[in-house]
Amino acid sequence: MVEINTENYVAEAHKAIANPVLQRALADVQDRFHKATAAAYHTLPEGPALRFKAHQIRMQAIANLDILLETLAANVRYNGGHVFFAEDGKTARDYCLAVARRHRVKLVVKGKSMVTEEIGLNQALADGWIEVAETDLGEYIIQLAGERPFHIIGPAIHKTRNEVGQLFAEKLGIPFTHDPPTLAQAARKILRAKFLQADMGISGCNLACAETGHITTVSNEGNIRLATTLPRVHVAFMGMERIAARLEDHDVLLRLLCRGATAQKLATYISYIGGPRASDQTDGPDEFHLIILDNGRRRILADPEFREILGCIRCAACLNVCPVYGQIGGHAYGFPYSGPVGAVVTPLLVGINRAQHLCLGETLCGACQEACPVDIDIPRMLLALRAKLADGDPLWKVKRANPMEKAIFQIWSGLIRNRRIYELSLRLAAVGQKCLPQRNGMLRRLPPPLHGWTRSRDIKPLAAETFIQRWKKKRRVRGIHP
Amino acid sequence: MPAKQKVTLFVQCLVDGIYPEVGQAMVDIFDKLGIQVLCPPAQTCCGQPAFNSGYRREARIAARRFIAIFEKAEVVVCPSGSCVNMVRNHYAELFRADSQWLPRVDNLAAKTFELTEFLVDVLGVVDLGARYGGRMTYHDSCHLLRGLGVRAQPRKLLQNVSGAQFSEMKDSERCCGFGGGFALKYPDISAAMLEVKVQNIMESGADTVVGCDMGCLMNIQGMLSRQGSAIKTMHVAQIIAG
Ligand code: SF4
Repeated sequence: MVEINTENYVAEAHKAIANPVLQRALADVQDRFHKATAAAYHTLPEGPALRFKAHQIRMQAIANLDILLETLAANVRYNGGHVFFAEDGKTARDYCLAVARRHRVKLVVKGKSMVTEEIGLNQALADGWIEVAETDLGEYIIQLAGERPFHIIGPAIHKTRNEVGQLFAEKLGIPFTHDPPTLAQAARKILRAKFLQADMGISGCNLACAETGHITTVSNEGNIRLATTLPRVHVAFMGMERIAARLEDHDVLLRLLCRGATAQKLATYISYIGGPRASDQTDGPDEFHLIILDNGRRRILADPEFREILGCIRCAACLNVCPVYGQIGGHAYGFPYSGPVGAVVTPLLVGINRAQHLCLGETLCGACQEACPVDIDIPRMLLALRAKLADGDPLWKVKRANPMEKAIFQIWSGLIRNRRIYELSLRLAAVGQKCLPQRNGMLRRLPPPLHGWTRSRDIKPLAAETFIQRWKKKRRVRGIHP
Repeated sequence: MPAKQKVTLFVQCLVDGIYPEVGQAMVDIFDKLGIQVLCPPAQTCCGQPAFNSGYRREARIAARRFIAIFEKAEVVVCPSGSCVNMVRNHYAELFRADSQWLPRVDNLAAKTFELTEFLVDVLGVVDLGARYGGRMTYHDSCHLLRGLGVRAQPRKLLQNVSGAQFSEMKDSERCCGFGGGFALKYPDISAAMLEVKVQNIMESGADTVVGCDMGCLMNIQGMLSRQGSAIKTMHVAQIIAG
């Protein structure tokens, strides 16, 4: 249902790199604005070590997921809400469509939700002749543009105000302007009317709490609060991992989420939602449905090597510091989740072979983990994914990705086992490199499979003598045994 | 007074094959400090290239050999944060299910040091009386910084070099785009990252970029050379040895 373009990583990355407007936008985002999100946990009153505690909180919740989800469901049901456990995207979409049909829904207003992007919900609703209006400004912009979120928190950060101005002029028929407040007002006017007309509100769930039986939504525009209280029906989508056991745990995670996402102590609008409007309340929907989505998460849970990624709270702080994301942007990842977290979670959801470039296309620099408010070890899991690609893996149904490379490393492992042979192969290469073009003592071109290197850089040739050779010679001269 | 009187050099394959002068600089440093230098001539590679590409069986072959060669050493010193990170932090992962090798891994990991951390943290040396006529900037290598937590040590050493000036570049902690096999498999993404790094180096006004890992420096040097820049790349050992 949802499009998967992970195979196009390289081509899409090239497109982004070649687009100077996009490059400037990315540099801007990482530079000016978003670096703050990575640093935000340093200013916590409890000190930066709170993130290690948060990591534990997450891992404990993941370990007890079955009990916590049952507790959450029981509490929501007790408060008059409906809970549906959806095995995959299709079951989740079908359930939502059935609810919509029952209520003769014609218009849905939506708060930003990555899980609904993951299952392609908007398309399914549109196919069922239901109009969907995204109400987060960024999400509204990309909905108009027919694009995918470029960033987990700021879906339209790649759009310049000129582009948004043109888009609005074209799609909304307003006079062109690139003045952000005017553009925001134009969107607001249209969306306010939608809020009032809508029969159903759909939201995601940033975090849930088992003890209290509520889900939490976080926004800075107030749109989610409107979308979840004005329409008659509220359907919330939640990834099954996004839960805290106790309110104290929830508090720690919520604060870290806001810091990681937008460098705020707390976002402007935070709602705790535990069910439909009670009889003594004036606001809220008549019906509340919570859809808890598996869609491959249980399989991740079952593998101790990758379970840690379920601890992610999708704050996107890792995107803001990732030097690869900073060049290629969010669309290259070919699935709604981008950046370092996408590089781990997408292969696990859509297939490791299919998303192999996501596993291999990083430098393992570790900036993501350092920025992560819950200390998720992304580089470790990238390495584990690579190990599966290198030798295949029956459990995850991975086929060896590159038999040629495997052969090269097998030969390599033979060479490094014996210093004499290793030395000899270096000598041969040193002779061979004499045929390669040189300038100022640097090689200008390397043969395949190394030729990519010299497309944009030179490389120093092998030395006439290795360090070890020199060392041995000197020892001999001095009459010392090495 | 130095605590250890004998060090064993773990040379790193890039230094061994392409930049032997860096290995020589390490020897000169320890000679200056009156510390005896050993260097097992059988050494080749710690296994990192295979490990980073996912080839754990091949990496284990390299690692077992490496451990056998170095485990008797009093202390092992290496001019690369990335290689030390491999031994200290990744060998345990490589042998996590191997009760026979794990203790040997732990033993070696505890006595393997990157050069600047060994000089500053273990020996307490920050001034080697070196001179350098130029303006330096320092690139933080990812694995040294985030894997080993080494940030201040090389800067302390560089700030005590007489005759030299030092200016920080913007985003010195941002990856240069090397990533080993990454640079070969995704050369254009790698080059785009490197361009940012080279830009920041140029804007720092330095005439020499110094680092603690020849992997990153080879990458940076490659683009500086291609762009015809006169900025030199030097390993920190080369600066403080002279
Ligand atoms: S991995 Fe960490 S930093 Fe990245 S989105 Fe998840 S919680 Fe945020």
